[in-house]
Amino acid sequence: MAQVDKSMSLANPHPHHMDWIQKVAAAIGGIGLLILFVAIFGVINNNYPLWLASALGLMTVGTLIYSWREYAGKPAGIKNNHVWFRSLTNIGLWGWIAGILITGFYILLYFFPGLFGYQAFSVNTSIPHGSDPAQITIRVENQQGQVYSTNTLSINDTIKTGDQFDEYKFTPSKIAHGSNRIIVGCKTGDDLYSFTYNKRTAEKIGDTNPCQIEQAELKSNSKLISLFDPLSMALKGKPASQWFLYGVLYTLAILVFGFKFILKYWHNRYQLVRTISVMFFQLGFAFLIPELLEGLNRDRPYFTLDMKNMWPLNAYFFQDWNLNGMLAGGKLGMFMLFLGIAMIFIISPLLTYFYGKRWYCSWVCGCGGLAETAGDPFRHLSDKSLKAWKIERWLIHVVLVLITIVTVAVLFSYFRNDPEGKLWINPTSFTMIVILLAGLVSSILYFNRKEILGNVSRKVYNGIHITMGVIAILSVIAWFTGSWNVFFIDSYQLRKWYGFLIGNIFSGVIGVGFYPLMGSRVWCRFGCPMAALLGLQQRFFSRFRITTNGGQCISCGNCSTYCEMGIDVRAYAQKGQNVVRASCVGCGICAAVCPRGVLRLENGSVDIKERTTDMRTIHITADEVGILS
Amino acid sequence: MHIVIIGNGISGISTARWVRKLSDHDITVISDETDYFFSRTALMYVYMGHMRFQDTQPYENWFWEKNRIKLMRDRVLSVDTERKALNMRDNETVSYDKLVLALGSAPNKFGWPGQDLDGVQGMYSAQDLEGMERHSVGLKHAVIVGGGLIGIEMAEMFHSRHIPVTFLVREQSYWNGVLAKEESEMVNRVIRKNGIDLRLSTELKEILPDENDKARVVITNKGEEIACQFVGLTAGVHPNIAFVKDGAIECQKGIMVDEYLATSVKDIYAVGDCAQMRNPLPGRRPIEAIWYTGRMMGETAAYNICDKPTSYNPGTWFNSAKFFDIEYHVYGFAPANLPETYETLYWEHPDGEKSIRLVWDRESGWIAGFQTMGVRYRHEVCERWIEDRAHIENVLMNLGLANFDPEFFDQYEKDVVAMYNKSTGRNLKLVEKRGLNSVVKFLKRAF
Ligand SMILES: Cc1cc2nc3c(=O)[nH]c(=O)nc-3n(C[C@H](O)[C@H](O)[C@H](O)COP(=O)(O)OP(=O)(O)OC[C@H]3O[C@@H](n4cnc5c(N)ncnc54)[C@H](O)[C@@H]3O)c2cc1C
Ligand code: SF4
Ligand code: SF4
Repeated sequence: MAQVDKSMSLANPHPHHMDWIQKVAAAIGGIGLLILFVAIFGVINNNYPLWLASALGLMTVGTLIYSWREYAGKPAGIKNNHVWFRSLTNIGLWGWIAGILITGFYILLYFFPGLFGYQAFSVNTSIPHGSDPAQITIRVENQQGQVYSTNTLSINDTIKTGDQFDEYKFTPSKIAHGSNRIIVGCKTGDDLYSFTYNKRTAEKIGDTNPCQIEQAELKSNSKLISLFDPLSMALKGKPASQWFLYGVLYTLAILVFGFKFILKYWHNRYQLVRTISVMFFQLGFAFLIPELLEGLNRDRPYFTLDMKNMWPLNAYFFQDWNLNGMLAGGKLGMFMLFLGIAMIFIISPLLTYFYGKRWYCSWVCGCGGLAETAGDPFRHLSDKSLKAWKIERWLIHVVLVLITIVTVAVLFSYFRNDPEGKLWINPTSFTMIVILLAGLVSSILYFNRKEILGNVSRKVYNGIHITMGVIAILSVIAWFTGSWNVFFIDSYQLRKWYGFLIGNIFSGVIGVGFYPLMGSRVWCRFGCPMAALLGLQQRFFSRFRITTNGGQCISCGNCSTYCEMGIDVRAYAQKGQNVVRASCVGCGICAAVCPRGVLRLENGSVDIKERTTDMRTIHITADEVGILS
Repeated sequence: MHIVIIGNGISGISTARWVRKLSDHDITVISDETDYFFSRTALMYVYMGHMRFQDTQPYENWFWEKNRIKLMRDRVLSVDTERKALNMRDNETVSYDKLVLALGSAPNKFGWPGQDLDGVQGMYSAQDLEGMERHSVGLKHAVIVGGGLIGIEMAEMFHSRHIPVTFLVREQSYWNGVLAKEESEMVNRVIRKNGIDLRLSTELKEILPDENDKARVVITNKGEEIACQFVGLTAGVHPNIAFVKDGAIECQKGIMVDEYLATSVKDIYAVGDCAQMRNPLPGRRPIEAIWYTGRMMGETAAYNICDKPTSYNPGTWFNSAKFFDIEYHVYGFAPANLPETYETLYWEHPDGEKSIRLVWDRESGWIAGFQTMGVRYRHEVCERWIEDRAHIENVLMNLGLANFDPEFFDQYEKDVVAMYNKSTGRNLKLVEKRGLNSVVKFLKRAF
């Protein structure tokens, strides 16, 4: 039989696929999308709130009506008819178009936000010899001289003559409307010399400039982004940035497609509860609360405020600007700092022990949230081959090692950079912490080596020990030599590259852009360091597993097909073996689609050591455990 | 030693895999259906667009070479038991040291006039699926004959493509030779709810052709005429043994095998759908054309082939199916017509789409069987209770252990216990609820 065809379908498998109501709904949603699209070309120049509300409203209403017609009132059950016949969901023409469009959107968003009308404030400085300014400062004032925000950056080796300061460091997008003076300057001793600009016209209105700041530009948002200004102002009193636009669309996608998903799985309460949970966390914790808090703390430097977004997924957590922000952020800053650390070391290990990594990956996380809702129609596109699994294990753990190295390096430089010693941690104590943690990882590994070596190759096992050893030794050397950079590489370069390759390209462009081509969890499966960390714990130290119902499996393959993580669930189920896999996000879809009621997501501590060796279908012997042969 | 296996279905492939595990023998698997093993049970999902055909293959294509299992796509025309050789359609003669017959089944045809017309077929093989696909082009109406598990699957398949279906069932109620009245009626309701034209107590009389010898009209035993372009014959299957039936190997309905799955000819074994047990174990039928028995027979045969004598024991009867959206589980004894000496308790959810049935021995109170619709029950727990002859009241009090539904799903065991209390005047309390820890404790304790 031909293997190549996507389906064997000859007959038109989808007559009356869309009824007229759905066509109207699709048109309504399409108009909403169109409004945003034309706004990119600067067509809309007034009535922003109205346009934005119409665009978002039409998209929402369109999707809701469409989903309602698609699923509501249909018999309770699995609704995967025709999935492999539709060109959008079988990597056909529409799948490619969608993939290219989403990828394109991400590339523009990350690298060319200007095309959306976002105006980053950029400044070219030229620091003259001899003047040795200690700081470069940006102040935003209104005419009365009232200060809206001040961003100050210490001059150190990262700032060079002619540097373009990006929005990151200066966050000019947080400049309030209503203020009309921007002051860029540098400080020598107590004197602040500055350029002053009219905010609207970007005209220079003052000039005392011994630092020879050559150029500074400021324009307000235009085109698409300006549509989002009013909403952003309402929430946090600052104009929108491209990230605000992204946050709004992202949240909206999770909400409306979450609604669709709920209708699709109306018969399955696990799916309902889980989906309501991701919708809640996205809307509240990822979007509303951080935006509102940021608005309330406008005069403080920025730091990340998404309470559920923890290191290492949140690669920024241990970066200098975020740490500085939290340290200068008053009670809220302290809270975020302690919560962040508690999440990593206490809350997350506990929850993962009790419930598996699903508590995060398919109940809370925003990346997972989008994958489970907007990405649901593409979940079956994940590659189930053994080869893909091997690639996955390498990639994801390499990313975990990378972020660990980057974080240690960045922190080391950070503590070196604290000459007054106002922090409670200094290079010495930090070096000790690093050595302790590396030792801890190594000893956990060593004391569980029997179980671990039964599951991973000795190469990997040794590799982890060596990595830990190298990190510890390099830290000691750096501490001894008084070097700034623990791994002999500029830690700022390191984190920049990590941010670019992993943060932007992998998690965004590929992670979401490739939904229609490689399934909805490309990032979660191949790239996310959080998933890697939680996965290791789930694999070796958690009560969670998927149990199989004795000998009931008929090897049909529905479970494997619909596993978004590309786990070959059937390989376990047909042997009556529990599924204990690092990558399983506990979405529960395999259990939902199984036509024979074979799979159940369960937590139990009684047989925690035997989770992987349970053999039930085999009535003669039980030596068929290895899954790789 | 060269082990040759005819048939690459679940039973033949299980044999091959286990022989490989247990030995270094040369293994050849012959089939003329497909290049690679696939899961027959998933054919419907390919037609419905849930899966691609390659997704029904449980092993990747490199698996066979890596495990030194030679695959051969050809048809065996006859077995020469004297010279230990197979005559092939395309290839040279293949000689064997030990032979395994894993031939599977073929759809029943009862000599209906018109049964061989174009557009009339069963649903068993990959070719049948291709046939259905071909005939679905422009198909306005399909008639399905025979109310078994494959018939209802076929109805669901056409339904997924919005092709109207008339479903002829000889019995007064769907599958009522196996399902008790209540469950059977539940399935009737579900079939009708999905818009299938279900005609009970109706048999096929003949199929009339059009000018191209294609099915045009079905005439029933009641004289009704149903215009259609496709007729699905799903009135059961029989062992696919045409080419060995009249040879040296003893056959009745299937190929006769002893408890070691050996046939009447030395060094020849038979497994799966085509095998007929000389002495079936209590509670089991001589021919069981189901998936897991094929798997277990394959494993057992491999042990015997590798000189580790092992008798076939599939344990307590169990099975499962799905009727449109209603899943069905059965463990042990839950027959359509209950013998006098047994007692049953049947609970049905008010929505009419979920039920739990318990069967026990009236005199001793020993639990004999479980049957659920729309509720998942746990194999190991039910099996353990049945094999341990647990008392019905003990089972009832711990019934939650058997529940295998997903988290957050309602649990109905309390209602079952209440029902029992009401009918017996007893006052039992449900002690155990759904949950893995207690299940593991229970299973370990019982060992
Ligand atoms: C649509 C459908 C749904 C089903 N659903 C279920 C279910 O839900 N649960 C369940 O338990 N069971 C189910 N079954 C039954 C189950 O699939 C069969 O019991 C099982 O596949 C039998 O396996 P087997 O290895 O004995 O034979 P088969 O899978 O039939 O394999 C026999 C192979 O041998 C080949 N062969 C035969 N003779 C020759 C020859 N002379 N030369 C070369 N090759 C030859 C055949 O072409 C075939 O490929 C279903 C069956 C069908 C058709
Ligand atoms: S194994 Fe099941 S629960 Fe886990 S990720 Fe895959 S589909 Fe989801
Ligand atoms: S576990 Fe269920 S879905 Fe997966 S192969 Fe087995 S029967 Fe099919």
